[in-house]
Amino acid sequence: MLRLPKFEVKNPATVEEAVAMMMEIHGEARFLAGGTDLNPNMKHGLFTPERIVALGGIEEMFGVGFDESGNARIGAMVTLAQVEQHPDLRRAFPALCQAAKLVSSPQLRNMGTLGGNVMLDTRCQWYNQTYFWRNALGYCLKKDGSKCHVIEGGSKCVAAASNDTAPALMTLNAELEFATTSGRVRMPLADLWQADGIWNKKIPHTDLLVALHVPKPAAGSRGAYGKLRDRGSIDFPLFGIAVRLDFAADGSISDAALCAVALQARPWPLKKAAELLIGTHPGQASFNDAVEKVAMLAAKQCRPMPNIPGDHEYRHLMVPVYTRRTLHAAAAGEGPVHHI
Amino acid sequence: MAARDQHGSEAPWDQGFRVIGKENRKVDGMAKATGEAIYTDDIQLPGMLHAKMLRSPHAHARILSIDTSKAEALPGVIGVLVGAELPVRYGVIPWTPDETALAVDKVRFIGDEVAAVAALDEDTANAAIRLIEVEYEILESILDAEKALITPEPPIHEDRKRRDNISKHVELEFGDVEAQVSSADIVVEEDYSFHSTTHAAMEPHCAVAVANSDGRLTLWSSTQITHYVHRALARVLQLDPARIRVIQPCLGGGFGGKSDPFSLEFVVAQLAIKTGRPVKMLWTREEVFYAHRGRHPMKMHYRTTAKADGTITGVDAKLLIDGGAYSSFGLVTTYYSGQLLTGPYDFPNYRFDSTRVFTNRPPNGPKRGHGSVQPRFAFEVQLDEIAQRLNIDPIEIRRRNFLGAHTETVNGQRITSNGFLECLQEVEAASDWKARHGKLPHGRGIGVAGSMYISGTNYPVYPNKMPQAGVQLKIDRSGLVTVFTGGNDIGQGSNSMVAYLVAEELGIQPSHIKVIAADTDLCPVDLGAYSSRVTFMVGNAAIDAARKLRHKLVEAVAVAWDVAQKDVRFMDGTVVDLSAAARSMTHVEAFHLAEEMFDTLGSTGAYNTPTLGGDYRGGTIGSAPAYSFTAHVAEVEVDTETGRITVHKVWAAHDCGRALNPMIVRGQIEGSTYMGAAEVVLESHDLNRFGLHAGPSLLDYRIPTAVDTPELAARIIESIDPEGPFGAKEAGEGPLHSTIPAIANAVFDAVGIRLRHLPFTPAKVLAALRAKEEQA
Repeated sequence: MLRLPKFEVKNPATVEEAVAMMMEIHGEARFLAGGTDLNPNMKHGLFTPERIVALGGIEEMFGVGFDESGNARIGAMVTLAQVEQHPDLRRAFPALCQAAKLVSSPQLRNMGTLGGNVMLDTRCQWYNQTYFWRNALGYCLKKDGSKCHVIEGGSKCVAAASNDTAPALMTLNAELEFATTSGRVRMPLADLWQADGIWNKKIPHTDLLVALHVPKPAAGSRGAYGKLRDRGSIDFPLFGIAVRLDFAADGSISDAALCAVALQARPWPLKKAAELLIGTHPGQASFNDAVEKVAMLAAKQCRPMPNIPGDHEYRHLMVPVYTRRTLHAAAAGEGPVHHI
Repeated sequence: MAARDQHGSEAPWDQGFRVIGKENRKVDGMAKATGEAIYTDDIQLPGMLHAKMLRSPHAHARILSIDTSKAEALPGVIGVLVGAELPVRYGVIPWTPDETALAVDKVRFIGDEVAAVAALDEDTANAAIRLIEVEYEILESILDAEKALITPEPPIHEDRKRRDNISKHVELEFGDVEAQVSSADIVVEEDYSFHSTTHAAMEPHCAVAVANSDGRLTLWSSTQITHYVHRALARVLQLDPARIRVIQPCLGGGFGGKSDPFSLEFVVAQLAIKTGRPVKMLWTREEVFYAHRGRHPMKMHYRTTAKADGTITGVDAKLLIDGGAYSSFGLVTTYYSGQLLTGPYDFPNYRFDSTRVFTNRPPNGPKRGHGSVQPRFAFEVQLDEIAQRLNIDPIEIRRRNFLGAHTETVNGQRITSNGFLECLQEVEAASDWKARHGKLPHGRGIGVAGSMYISGTNYPVYPNKMPQAGVQLKIDRSGLVTVFTGGNDIGQGSNSMVAYLVAEELGIQPSHIKVIAADTDLCPVDLGAYSSRVTFMVGNAAIDAARKLRHKLVEAVAVAWDVAQKDVRFMDGTVVDLSAAARSMTHVEAFHLAEEMFDTLGSTGAYNTPTLGGDYRGGTIGSAPAYSFTAHVAEVEVDTETGRITVHKVWAAHDCGRALNPMIVRGQIEGSTYMGAAEVVLESHDLNRFGLHAGPSLLDYRIPTAVDTPELAARIIESIDPEGPFGAKEAGEGPLHSTIPAIANAVFDAVGIRLRHLPFTPAKVLAALRAKEEQA
C-alpha cells in the first residue's frame, strides 16, 4: 500500500479558527473535507502538507437551506450523496444533482463533498501518478519539473479541470462564499477560475470555501448534465457538459447556459453557443436546428487535449454528441446523459 | 497410483452421490466472509522488518554502479540488498533461466527490481530506497514486438546462444496446408491482434520470511505454485531445499499472475538471513502492474481454407508474440499459441509459426487461458466470416466441423469426453438464436464462438517421472480426516474440492474433513495452480488416497460384524450393514476398529498423466489428459453515434465433465466470462511513449465495475470424463476463451463491421463504421 506522508491534524470548530490554523505555520497546510481526492494525492506525493486542517467539526459548513426568495445556500461540507438525493435541490437544480450523482462511486460520494469537488485539483495523466512514476518520467510542469508532456515545449500547465459539479454550478450562476484572513468574500463561481493548471483558481488555497449560494431558478427552468467516461462508475470525466434552459410563458427558451469540463484548466462556458438557443421552441424544428448548430460550435470551441487518460481525438468527436444529447435531455426534463 | 485405473465415471455404489454435485459451502467461505482468513499480509511476527524495492526508472540500461551507503546510514535501516548478492539466475521454465532476484548488470523495463531495503517500518524503508544511488548507462529500448523481431541490437538478454531478441520460435505443420489453397472453395486470410491485459487480482503480492538460527528458512508467499518457489529459492539462495519451507496462506486471487517465482520472495528470504529478523514485503498496486506476467500481446495472421459446405480443410497461422523483458513461461506460451487451437473443430491440415520476442516492457506470462485466448479470438472471428460468406448459420458451421469425442486432433492430442455439441445447443436455445441472429434491429446483435482448453498437461515444468499430484490422509480418533495436499487454493476452491472428494469416497460428512494445503514441510508435492490442472490431478490423487483408506475401514467393519465387505456401506458418517438393516455404527467407531486392526491409519494417493502427445519436439506441451469445451453467445448493443459497445448478456455453456460443486463451477464460468468481456471493451495494459506504464492503478486500468458487467447466464454441461475425478474436468480457464470472439461476432451481427484488433474501443468502432459507410 502507498503510504501517507506524516502530518499533524487540526480540528477547528469555526471557519475563522480554520483559516487561522492554515496561516499560522510556515510550511504547507491543506484543508481536509471528504478526503477522497486529497488522500490519494498525498499518497502520490503531490501534496506533502505538514498540517491538515480537518473541516468536519465546523457546523456552519454543513446543511442545505433556502431563503424566503428561494435562493439556496449549500454548505461546502454537504456530501455529494446528499446533493444528489436532496429533493429540493433536485427540483430546483437538476443539472447539479445529476452531476453530483455521476461523480465517482457511491462510497466516495458518501465521503466527498460539494465544496471539495468545486475546489478539486486539476488532473493530468503525467501528474496523477506515484512519486516513483513521476521520478522515472523526470516530473512535469505542474509538480517538481519544468517540462510539459501534454504540449511538448509548452510553458503553461494544461492539466484539466475534472470536477463534474463545477460546470453545472456555472450554468446556475452560483456564487462562492470564502473565509479569508481579511474576512468573508463572496464571488461568482465564473470569476474563480484562471487558465493555469498548476492552480486554476484566483484565490489562494488557504482561503476556505464555506458555502455555495445558488440563486433561485427561473420558473420552469430545466437542466441536465452529460458525462463521457469509460466505465459506468468511478471514473473522472473525459468530457462533461452542463445545460440550463429557462423558458418563457409561450414555451420558447428565454435564457440558456452551457458549460463544459475536462478540457483544460478551467471549466469552459459556451456563451455564444447558448445564445443560439434563445427564442427557439423545444419540440419544434427551430430548437432541433439550433441544437445542431450549438453542437457544431461546441466542437469548435472545445478542444480536448491529451492531458487526461484516453484518446483525445475521440473525446473531441464526442463533444457534439454529448452536447446535443444533453440539450435534448434538458429540454425534455430528463438526464443525466451517461452511457449507463 | 494412477487413480484413473481404479474407477470409472460411476460412483462406486448404487445410490448416487452424497456430496458431489451438491452446492456445498466452500471450506474457507465463512473465514473469508468474516475476515478471519489469514492472508500473507496479515502475518505479523515479533521483530519483523518491512522491506521495499528500488526499481529501475529506465526501460533499458546498464548498471554501472550502485552506492547504498547513504541508505545504510539512515537510522532504522537494518539491511540492504543488491543484485550482486543473489546473482544466480532462475526462471519458472528451467530451460530459460534469465531472471535474477535483483538486477545484476542490466535493467530491462521500467519497474525492474534493482535493490531492496529492510527497515523498522515501511516509511523508513521507503525513505532509504530514495537514498540509493545508481549510475546507469542508458541503452536503446525496444518497446515494439515488430521492431524486436528485426532488431538484434541491442540484445535485451546478452549471454544467450543466439544474439538477437527472439525468445522462442516454434514452427509445426501437420498435413499439408499449402495444398489446400488451390482446391478450397473459400479462402479467408486476415490479420488480427490482441493487446496487453493484466490479471488485477484483488490481493497484491506479498511475502514474509523467517530464517531461524538452526539454518531453517520459512517463507510465506502469495504464490500459486509453492513447489516451484521452493525449488527456485533453493537454487538462488544456494540452500538445501530440505531446510526451506514454503507456505501459501489464504490467497486473494491469482489468475496466473502469481505463477512465477517473484523477486520479492528471494529478497525477503535473503534479507531475513542477512538481518536475522523476520522480513515482510508487500507490493503496492503499482508494483503489481510492473510485475505483470499478463496476457501476451499477439499479432496474428490466419488463413483458413474451407469447402462450400463450411468444412475446414486447412488452417495456417503466423503469430508474433510480445514477451516483454523476460522469458517467464514464454516457451510454453509459444507452443500453446499453436498447439491448443486444434479443437473443438476438426482441422485436417494445420500449420503454425509462432515467434516470441523480448521487448523492454513488463514481462508477459500466463493469464487465465494462457497462450490460447489470443489465437482463439482470431480463429473464431475468421470462422464466423467464413460462415457469413458461405451463408451458413454460425452455429451450424461449428457443428459441421465438430471434432468428436474419443478421438485425436491433427497434432496428436488425445480427446476423451467432448460435450461441445451440447454446449452449442444450450446457448443456441437459451439465447433464442434462431429467432434472433441476423434479425435484431440495427445496432443490436448476437454472436457465437466455441473453444476448448486443457485440464492440466502431461508436461511437468521440470522433467521427472514422479507423480504430478500427491495427497496424504491422516485419521484422528475423533473422526476427523486431515487431508494434506500440495495443491494451491487460489480462490478457485481447490481445498473445498479435495474435501468433497474425500468425504464422498469415505462416506463421511465434509465437516469431518480438514484440508492442510500448500505447505512444503507438511504436504506431498503438487505442481501448483496453473494450466487448469488441480481438479483433475489433485482430485484424482485425493480419490486414490481415500479409496485405499476406505478399503481398510470396510475390511475392519466387515470383520467385526462378520459380514461380507460388500455389505458395509459408509454414508454421511454412518456405517450401515446392508445385510441386516438394524445394525449400524458411526464412522468414528469404524475408525477405531480399523486402527485396532491396522495400527495407525493413513494413506497416500497420487496422480500422473498417461503417456500423451504427439511424437515430435514439443508434442507433450499442451497434451492434456482431458479437455474442457465451451460455447458462448453474446448479445451486444452498439451505439453508432458514440461507438460504444454495451455487452448486455452472455450465455456461457461449459463442459466441465462433472460439476463437483455446481455453485463453484458457475462462479468460475461467470468470472471467466466477465474477465473475457473486460478484455474486449475496457482493459488495456498500455505503456506511454517513454515506456512507462500508462496508468498503473485501479483508477486508470479500467476493470469493469458491477454496473459495467453484462448479465451472465452460466450453464453447465456434464460430459462425464472417463479419467477425471468422478468424471470432472476443468472449469477455471476454458470459459474465458470464447467470450471474446462471441462479442466480436455479435458486433458484426449488430452493425456489420468485422473488428479484428482488440480492444474494441469506441474510437475503433466509429472508424470501422465510417469505413463501412464510405465503402457503401
